[in-house]
Amino acid sequence: MNKLLPRLPFADWIDTGIDWLVTQFGSVFDGLSGFLKGTVEGAVDLMAWVPSIVLAVLFAVVAWLLSTRRIAIFTLIGLLFIDYLGYWHSMLQMLALVITSVVIALIIGIPLGIWGSQQPTAKKIISPILDLMQTMPAFVYLLPAIFFFNIGVVPGVVASVIFSMPPTIRLTMLGIEQVPKDLIEATEAFGSTTWQRLLKVQIPLAKPTIMAGVNQSIMLSLSMVVIASMVGAPGLGEEVYRAVTQLKTGVGFETGLSIVIVAIILDRITQHAGKKKQGGTLS
Amino acid sequence: MEELEVKKKIEVRNVSKIFGKNSKRASQLLNEGKSKAEILKQTGTTVGVKNASFDVYDGEIFVIMGLSGSGKSTLVRMFNRLIEPTAGEIRIDGDDIVRMNKEQLRNVRRKKIGMVFQNFALFPHKTILENTEYGLEIQGTAKAERQERAKESLRLVGLAGYEDQYPNQLSGGMQQRVGLARALANDPDILLMDEAFSALDPLIRKDMQDELLQLHHDMGKTIIFITHDLDEALRIGDRIALMKDGDIVQIGTPEEILMSPSNEYVEKFVEDVDLSKVLTAGHIMKKADTVQVDRGPRVALRLMKQLRISSIYVVDKGNRLLGAVTAQDTVAASESGASLEEVLIKDVPTTSSDTVLTELFDTVSTTTIPMAVVDERNHLEGIIIRGAMIGALAGDGQFINDSRTIEEAKPVELEVASNE
Ligand SMILES: Nc1ncnc2c1ncn2[C@@H]1O[C@H](COP(=O)(O)OP(=O)(O)O)[C@@H](O)[C@H]1O
Ligand SMILES: [Mg+2]
Repeated sequence: MNKLLPRLPFADWIDTGIDWLVTQFGSVFDGLSGFLKGTVEGAVDLMAWVPSIVLAVLFAVVAWLLSTRRIAIFTLIGLLFIDYLGYWHSMLQMLALVITSVVIALIIGIPLGIWGSQQPTAKKIISPILDLMQTMPAFVYLLPAIFFFNIGVVPGVVASVIFSMPPTIRLTMLGIEQVPKDLIEATEAFGSTTWQRLLKVQIPLAKPTIMAGVNQSIMLSLSMVVIASMVGAPGLGEEVYRAVTQLKTGVGFETGLSIVIVAIILDRITQHAGKKKQGGTLS
Repeated sequence: MEELEVKKKIEVRNVSKIFGKNSKRASQLLNEGKSKAEILKQTGTTVGVKNASFDVYDGEIFVIMGLSGSGKSTLVRMFNRLIEPTAGEIRIDGDDIVRMNKEQLRNVRRKKIGMVFQNFALFPHKTILENTEYGLEIQGTAKAERQERAKESLRLVGLAGYEDQYPNQLSGGMQQRVGLARALANDPDILLMDEAFSALDPLIRKDMQDELLQLHHDMGKTIIFITHDLDEALRIGDRIALMKDGDIVQIGTPEEILMSPSNEYVEKFVEDVDLSKVLTAGHIMKKADTVQVDRGPRVALRLMKQLRISSIYVVDKGNRLLGAVTAQDTVAASESGASLEEVLIKDVPTTSSDTVLTELFDTVSTTTIPMAVVDERNHLEGIIIRGAMIGALAGDGQFINDSRTIEEAKPVELEVASNE
């Protein structure tokens, strides 16, 4: 086999391409890197500045507003338990990384999803890229990220943005496309512009589906924190990683449990926020 | 006729719609007169509407009727270009909508054409008021004004007080009233209604038809109403277009469609319609033979003899109905020298010309004197003769008055036994 066809040097090409990007756009990446680092660290500092009890109560209140009382109580107890175990600061670092990457994923992903829902050609381009993004092992994103952004929290953020964005794009497209045809006809028949149709009818009706995408993006981003810690992103993931490499089963269990608690809190809150009835529903 | 004076609101000229990729070839085949099935076989395209040409007059209710899949929805959606015509012109108030750019089209949709949908198509996340406001909202009408107009529109359809509810809290009939109110709020000239009442159960449907007729009477909009139900078409249509496989096979008034179906298809369609619910007293009444009250018994008797009838209507000088006299009583009166007034039977059965035949059955079958048809001021317009009624119900066109010419009652048709 190898003899029949000359082996194409894909790996070399990709390396060369990345080298070229780094040398050409080094300053752009540096600027971006500085911005991301500043955002994550600023968020950590801000949250660390508030006493842990106060912050836990604050999160519980937000949970209550967005979802139910039960989830609010779980939030309070869960966060205080993490504090009690001594992982409060690591938890904040992880949370800052997750929130930053999810917000970026949404800022990019929702418009892409809307675009894809409006333009069949755009959808044809976006869909295979999404498949690739999701099936590629998450580790692979780390390597170029390191080249562009060095070691630390920033390649972690970048890798988890890429990894967590697909569900938001996909479900935004799906949600908008699922709006019944006769409602679209109604908006058109009254003379809506494309934006009026989107903003007044399609996006509000797609909201529960879009929120399901946001929820999945958050979960995927959380699943990236341990992987991100391998390139030096601090946080609970880092604690898990260290416990694993040093074979500290007890610590590994504690930190793993803390991640699970945060995951459950974020999952339940976003699930309910999506379902929360605001007036009528599609019947 | 009077049609010459009526303004054309919409002129449809050679409009076709072909769904699918190979529409050029399909158009060609269409022009060669190939059928929908042949074109589908040869090109894989579906013909939605084939070369439709007709006019819709200002202020009429124009019904488009046909079986499912005959192209009704496609045709009506080309009026506001929810579906782009493959060929043809559609002029609304003289302007060809097919050639308009996006901006012009949007303006026509906003100001001129309202639409009501089969499954209501209300926005589930908006309240009834917000739904009704929608058309005005996207035009940028100020909030206070558009709420005012939306409320007025809801009041028109009898939904005042439901403003803050959501669509899924309302019954089907009420939801469609909202659909109607939403379309009316913009005050469009033209209302497109695609099977607007088909999803409603029969009783509510009838109410809605009545209300639509009332609204139409009050507001005078041009309404294009789509239905697959002949009874509905006959009830509300000023004119009806019948479609089959994308073709318009006949256009005419309900009477024309019923009485002279242009081909077998229309005949089939019309065959099992319940005529008794469609035909009215006005359709079958005959010209009444009358005698003026001051002419006296002898003249009345002579008339009855000539016409070979056993009773005759008595009217005053202004043709207002006073009653009837029988031959027997009149003979007695003339012998005793009494006046007609003295033997007058005042209690004669009467009805109005727009009463449907179902409501006349009982009286017509029991009365000995033919039923009189009178207007609001008691002018005698005609009489109902049992034989004509039965003939008309059997679908026999000769018993039905077309274009309001009332035939003379021929003595042979009289059921009432002659005295001789
Ligand atoms: N978007 C479409 N693509 C392809 N064919 C269509 C489309 N819409 C309608 N048709 C076809 O056009 C014909 C007319 O459909 P329609 O106008 O919906 O009929 P109706 O409203 O009388 O039931 C049918 O044969 C239907 O299958
Ligand atoms: Mg239809």
